[in-house]
Amino acid sequence: MAEKKQIRIALVGNPNSGKTTLFNALTGSNQFVGNWPGVTVEKKEGKLKGREDVIVTDLPGVYSLSPYTPEEVVARNYLIEEDPDVVLNIIDGTNLERNLYLTTQVLELGIPVVVAINMMDVVRKNKDSIDTQKLSKALRCTVVEISAQKETGINEAAEAAIAAAGGEAATPLHIFSGATEHALAHIEEATVHDLSDLKQRWYAIKLFERDERVIAKLGITDRVREHIEKDIRAAEREMDDDADSIIANERYEYIGEVVKTCYTKKRRGMDSTSDKIDRIVTNRFLALPIFFLVMFLVYFISISTVGAWGTNWANEGLFGEGFYLFGIKDCWIPGIPVVVGDLLDAVNCAGWLRSLIIDGIIGGVGSVLGFVPQMFMLFLFLAFLEACGYMSRIAFVMDRIFRRFGLSGKSFIPMLIGTGCGVPGIMASRTIENDSDRRMTIITTTFIPCGAKLPVIGLIASAMFGGAAWVATSCYFAGVGAVIISGIILKKTKMFAGEATPFVMELPAYHMPTPKNLLHSMWERGFAFIKKAGTIILVASIVIWLGSNFGTVDGSFGYHGDALDLEDSVLGMIARAIAWIFVPIGFGNVRETIATLMGLLAKEEIVGVFGVLDFAGLTQLAAYSFLLFNLLCAPCFAAIGAIRREMNSAKWTWFAIGYQCTFAYAVCLMVYQFGLLFTGNGFTVATGFATLVFATLLYLFFRPNQTEVKKHASVAGK
Amino acid sequence: MRTLKDAKIGERVTVKRLNGEGPIRRRIMDMGITKGVEIYVRKVAPLGDPLELTLRGYELTLRRADAELIELADRDGKEER
Repeated sequence: MAEKKQIRIALVGNPNSGKTTLFNALTGSNQFVGNWPGVTVEKKEGKLKGREDVIVTDLPGVYSLSPYTPEEVVARNYLIEEDPDVVLNIIDGTNLERNLYLTTQVLELGIPVVVAINMMDVVRKNKDSIDTQKLSKALRCTVVEISAQKETGINEAAEAAIAAAGGEAATPLHIFSGATEHALAHIEEATVHDLSDLKQRWYAIKLFERDERVIAKLGITDRVREHIEKDIRAAEREMDDDADSIIANERYEYIGEVVKTCYTKKRRGMDSTSDKIDRIVTNRFLALPIFFLVMFLVYFISISTVGAWGTNWANEGLFGEGFYLFGIKDCWIPGIPVVVGDLLDAVNCAGWLRSLIIDGIIGGVGSVLGFVPQMFMLFLFLAFLEACGYMSRIAFVMDRIFRRFGLSGKSFIPMLIGTGCGVPGIMASRTIENDSDRRMTIITTTFIPCGAKLPVIGLIASAMFGGAAWVATSCYFAGVGAVIISGIILKKTKMFAGEATPFVMELPAYHMPTPKNLLHSMWERGFAFIKKAGTIILVASIVIWLGSNFGTVDGSFGYHGDALDLEDSVLGMIARAIAWIFVPIGFGNVRETIATLMGLLAKEEIVGVFGVLDFAGLTQLAAYSFLLFNLLCAPCFAAIGAIRREMNSAKWTWFAIGYQCTFAYAVCLMVYQFGLLFTGNGFTVATGFATLVFATLLYLFFRPNQTEVKKHASVAGK
Repeated sequence: MRTLKDAKIGERVTVKRLNGEGPIRRRIMDMGITKGVEIYVRKVAPLGDPLELTLRGYELTLRRADAELIELADRDGKEER
């Protein structure tokens, strides 16, 4: 193919406008998913179907090009700095007014714009009508009608965008009042007249709005700033409003005029289907029962039944002995370890290498990949809940409870899933838009005892407490308590302060998603886990295998196979070296330390360690402290991999792990030391430390929230 | 000063101005709550907060604490429309 210039199309639109559906329809499976540098906002690019030379970039869904949310910053930086050849602005035809607000801003960027009105099928079904010719004239750009879901008009939209790419940039609309336009003209003259004509208006409007990022970027001097400030104040006086209000008001006023001329609504005052659904789903009395029912179904199907069958098959069949294909008696398929084992035997593989491959790599990675079936089921449900519009209602219904702990209403789902397995739980936090809510959810989700911790609880309860039921119950209370306490403490720290974004959320109309889009979303998330978490697990499995299989027997170091006692392995040596750390919390012995380290591979491994070594010398109190520590401290590597993937930041991952371990240690220190004190062991130095820790926690818990104090002060001051 | 926080469920109100500053105020404006817009207070969440509003043909939810930033026009004269 001859060397041809690439055409770059930027896809811009509101959340819930069908942008992702359009993107999938335009690019098919030809996509690259990544992250925008420095933020956890997903970046998606793809080649247009059948056109190698056309790249479509799916910008994050935004309501405006304001400089506040990470999504808005990403979208506007891309549009301003990367100069795409054309913007394809998708707008929801059933919600013209608010969607056009973004359009008025996009038209100012000095880039050719094509507007695609989506959900035209719904508009027609409602017997409403949109006069696209009039709209095109008013906006001075090409307007096409599409239905992303029914895939109608998609090619026409792409063709229109490609045609516009070579053409003229959109002409900025002069929609503001006389006073505003006057000020804008002055600002253009004073500050940006040396920039290209096309960009001047965008910058002038931003300067009028006193956009700090733009002021810094253009390097406006204080003298110039004072000069334009006079123009802004003059406009503000005349309009009796703030500059940014003036701009927003006048945009909406203009849109109101446009919509009046080109949009006719047939039905008036009658409730839509969506309203009828909402009357039940977010009903005062029914909302919570319905919510719990939905949660139960999601959990029951994706974790307990269908997902569990899949996971059992993966663990015992695929990564175990083997299985019958479709349950047919004569069709026995051996598991991967069996096949690989036979293969290695056939080539006379060395014993240690065989063990590394079978027990280390296949065993370790397999135990994690075993979660994949559960995860795929779960992601399918999440995709459905998100796409149909119920996820927003969950946030609406649960917000009151969760926001007290610095969490979102949507945090309930990761926590619930976390009782099954922390890995999909953490991955489920993807649905939380707000960065700090999402991070908080990721950090606290693994406090909830997961399925793999149950055998550990069971072991300690039966071996040390005669199977008392309160042990397991108290573990769940400890988990929930840890979430609540951590939420309140962390919310008040600097890391979470100041990032609070308002809870001003759209409740999109309900609609039935297509299976194609659900499967696409499920596959995308599931595969991301396999890829990213998988690599961490692989390395971790090898390291743990090396640590537990190499060691000293009779004075010689090396691989000794079954002859090696775990306490003499490298892992044992490490454990011996660090065991003192756990003395203050009651279990500073080598084997409990080994168990804790092995727990990082998978929590159920802890049981395996004690299968060989018994509990001699451990008091009930120490055993309970040991149990509590292993429940609350850093989760297994699979979950850490998921944390790394969802945080998309090494710093935040380390913070999460560090916090979890510190918190676990603090809790166990208090439990053990106060336990000793109350069982009559007297007040020691360690008890003093525990008291200090307790006082610190109380302080962190009850101190006033600095950001909120400031916010209220500023509101009161007005 | 009457704000959206004081509005009753089922009431139709008109926005007079927006108080507050920074991201919250801007976000509220971007979502279409601007001077003169008519808002229908549709319902409140089962636990008493947040509110569900209808404006500009779509549904928006807002916490009561943020609704306090939205100043309403007097009800006089509204009834005639």
